[in-house]
Amino acid sequence: MLDLEGYGYGIIVEGAGVTLFVALSSLFIAVLLGMTAALAKLSNSPTAQAIAGIYTTVIRGVPDLVLMLLIFFGGQIFINNLPDNLLELLLYIGEKTDQGDALKISMAPYLDWGYIDVNPMIAGILTIGFIFGAYMGETFRGAILAVDRGMLEAGTAYGMSKIQITRRILIPQMMRHALPGFGNNWLVLMKATALVSIIGLSDMVRRAGLAAGATREPFKYYLVVALVFLFFTTLSIWFLKWAERRYSVGVRRMS
Amino acid sequence: MASVATATADQIPALVCEDIHKSFGSIEVLKGVSLTANEGDVISMLGSSGSGKSTFLRCINLLETPNAGQVTVSGELIKMATNKKGEYLPTDPRQIEKIRTKLAMVFQGFNLWSHMTTLENIIEAPIHVLGLSKAEATERAKAVMDKVGIYERRDYYPAHMSGGQQQRVAIARALAMEPKVMLFDEPTSALDPELVGEVLKVMRDLADEGRTMIVVTHEMGFAREVSSETIFLHQGRILEQGPPKEVFGNPKSERFQQFLAGNLK
Repeated sequence: MLDLEGYGYGIIVEGAGVTLFVALSSLFIAVLLGMTAALAKLSNSPTAQAIAGIYTTVIRGVPDLVLMLLIFFGGQIFINNLPDNLLELLLYIGEKTDQGDALKISMAPYLDWGYIDVNPMIAGILTIGFIFGAYMGETFRGAILAVDRGMLEAGTAYGMSKIQITRRILIPQMMRHALPGFGNNWLVLMKATALVSIIGLSDMVRRAGLAAGATREPFKYYLVVALVFLFFTTLSIWFLKWAERRYSVGVRRMS
Repeated sequence: MASVATATADQIPALVCEDIHKSFGSIEVLKGVSLTANEGDVISMLGSSGSGKSTFLRCINLLETPNAGQVTVSGELIKMATNKKGEYLPTDPRQIEKIRTKLAMVFQGFNLWSHMTTLENIIEAPIHVLGLSKAEATERAKAVMDKVGIYERRDYYPAHMSGGQQQRVAIARALAMEPKVMLFDEPTSALDPELVGEVLKVMRDLADEGRTMIVVTHEMGFAREVSSETIFLHQGRILEQGPPKEVFGNPKSERFQQFLAGNLK
């Protein structure tokens, strides 16, 4: 086995835990956002359709790395400048409405939240979840469209509510169609977590980078990281195959 | 059949549809169709494709929203009103859900839930809509599966059954709701000719039991022999209506004569 010298396997294992945590948390957010976006796009409301449309278009059109940097560094400055900007706005409103400084003074205590450091873990999870929500949205939308309308109509005809139809018929039926695309998204998402190392999160990739720099043996450390990723993705593929079988019950197979 | 006249206070009709209109865009599919079904009536609706018969059936349980008209099920009027935009819509979604449980529908394409077995298809709505316990629903399912002859197939998925078996499962699913009225939308049209008989036999048995049924069909034999009333729809209007003996024996409209000639060939 590879000798990792003073750094040992421990730090890689710890980093792998961080990577897995970021990936699973992002997945959770991505699935929620994706399902919401898909249902919004398929709803009758033009407003919901438009918001979901802008979301998926913008997110899918901007590189993940740029978004990550924008949200982490840009977001930090945005949040910390917010009180000043809001106070200026209040002052402006006060002048316009002849209230002077009253409005600004009354609100000032609520806007004093000091300097906020954006947690790289949370920023990473939110960014990746937000990005992959857009991809999941398109995957889910296609899967929902692939469900036989007649089965949903039968649910309506037998007195089921919209929520019951979604839970009891639509979701079990769409799973089969969604799983291949979902699996793809998950694999790409897991690998995209390597990007969080750039914003300073101590995931597996960042730790390997530090160790590689110190020992000047990048091949060794990055190889271990690559193997760990391969291990996670292979496990995922097995699990996805199992899930596809499970959600294909009652589907006639070509013999 | 004097179904309209004999309805008295203690004999509330199972279903009354009054002056149903329906348009898709600028095309008026139904131009005022009315019908009354008393308990035990079997009403066959005939008509060439595009005559509006399936649309009418779908207006009864509001799978399509009629543009005008009223539906009353066992004396309960489906509440509808015109909103600010001028659309005629049901006002109480809960009421619609409740009324739909009394109007079980059998579809041309079966529309069974393909991820559920026969038994699961049948107990689904009784458990989740009617609120029965699993044991009660299963008990009910056994009885209806026996009735339509698919008890042996209770653990099969729809994809592993013939069309005739699937349609019998669909009928069992409808029966398990213990509906007031059963709506059949061309139940044999998607079946291979040799499978039509087994479904018609089940429907005949249901008619003999005194179930109230509205049947949109192309099966002239069924309309003539089993139904208590036959309606012929043409271009969104009722052209013929009455006991099958009269309607078939003495057609008033030329259009129905042509239709019969075309179908009996």
